[in-house]
Amino acid sequence: MFIWIIKRDLLLAIRRQSDVLTTLFFFIIVVSLFPLSVGPEMNMLRTMAPGVVWVAALLASMLSLCRIFSNDYLDGTLEQMLLSPQSLSFLVLGKTLAHWLVTGVPLVLMAPVLGIQYDLPVDALLVLTATLLLGTPVLSLIGAIGAALTLGLRGGSVLVSLLVLPLYIPILIFGAGAVEANMAGVGFDAHLSLIGAFLLVSLVFAPWAAASSLRVSLE
Amino acid sequence: MLQGINLACVRGDRELFKDVNFSLEAGGLMQVRGPNGSGKTSLLRMLCGLSNPAAGEIHWCGTAIRSLNGDYFAAVTYIGHLSGTKDDLTVIENLRISSALSGFEVSIAEANEALGYIGLGGREALPVKVLSQGQKRRVALARLLVCKTPLWILDEPLVALDVMAVKLIQELLEQHLQQGGMVVMTTHQEIEIAVASITQLQLA
Repeated sequence: MFIWIIKRDLLLAIRRQSDVLTTLFFFIIVVSLFPLSVGPEMNMLRTMAPGVVWVAALLASMLSLCRIFSNDYLDGTLEQMLLSPQSLSFLVLGKTLAHWLVTGVPLVLMAPVLGIQYDLPVDALLVLTATLLLGTPVLSLIGAIGAALTLGLRGGSVLVSLLVLPLYIPILIFGAGAVEANMAGVGFDAHLSLIGAFLLVSLVFAPWAAASSLRVSLE
Repeated sequence: MLQGINLACVRGDRELFKDVNFSLEAGGLMQVRGPNGSGKTSLLRMLCGLSNPAAGEIHWCGTAIRSLNGDYFAAVTYIGHLSGTKDDLTVIENLRISSALSGFEVSIAEANEALGYIGLGGREALPVKVLSQGQKRRVALARLLVCKTPLWILDEPLVALDVMAVKLIQELLEQHLQQGGMVVMTTHQEIEIAVASITQLQLA
């Protein structure tokens, strides 16, 4: 059943590519705007690169959050998922995983290419990609809770940002921090371990919390 | 057996119904009647376990459905106002995915057979968004053929269906009831179902 839900969401993403491409292009454009506006000051670009890429990744993933559940809510398929004999947390985990594959993975793959605009050294690019690889699933998982809580509310998308962005802050700090530490020549293992810990904790709690919120939202 | 004990429903500060009692045995059909806004859909959603009654209990085989959770969902097929189909998926993908999520994995051949029976033969590979309202309804109702659950909860299943399809659903319901299944449904259309035990539940 877990496989079915992932297959379903990926199939839907393929049929509606515009949703996926919007997120990706938003990310690409925001990251590219900074070097253009700040000018070719290499040292400054290098210092701001990790922060800019991470903030852009946060905003890009925010952009697609509302869609995790809202389409399914509108056509009644979410109702059917609630009535599935399979535990709802498990289905939510599947949906979140599919959401990450569709919106998170393209960001991770694009990040090293975009980082070149900031004159980042190769090892910093690798660290940046690694932090995004560990961090973007956390964004999807925490975002799923926000999306579930605001389901069916008017102005839900604004509310999601207000609910979820504060929770993203630790990931932002440690994600950007890891790259800065690497460029300063200090170890970045601690940062990565902390993001890994966030990932594990949210893997356990976020699907459960989102599932409970969905039950309340649909009552 | 499905049993409702002193059920009440409150929406905002309005009480839609209270003290609703019923008991449905194997092979029984319950028709929920009442004017628009009398709480028919709310009652059906309670019976599915989607919402909790403001008062009272719903029992399935003697146990409260709240404590059964997954085991109860495995016994119920609910077809509500919303069709529960994805517009971007094809007819057969919709059927196979929705039945898989209800715990019944069907092969392509089985799904094709069910779609042929419900009158969608030859349209399996069309995306649902190009179908007519009645055909969309048929896609949703095709789940009844592949999900072998004892209890069907149907909210206005006949809406948008043509005469042939209504007859088909009527046959399907009779067959299901003869095999010891249970059906709870609402409908504003008259439907003749030859069945031994039929309960009418009138909501004020």
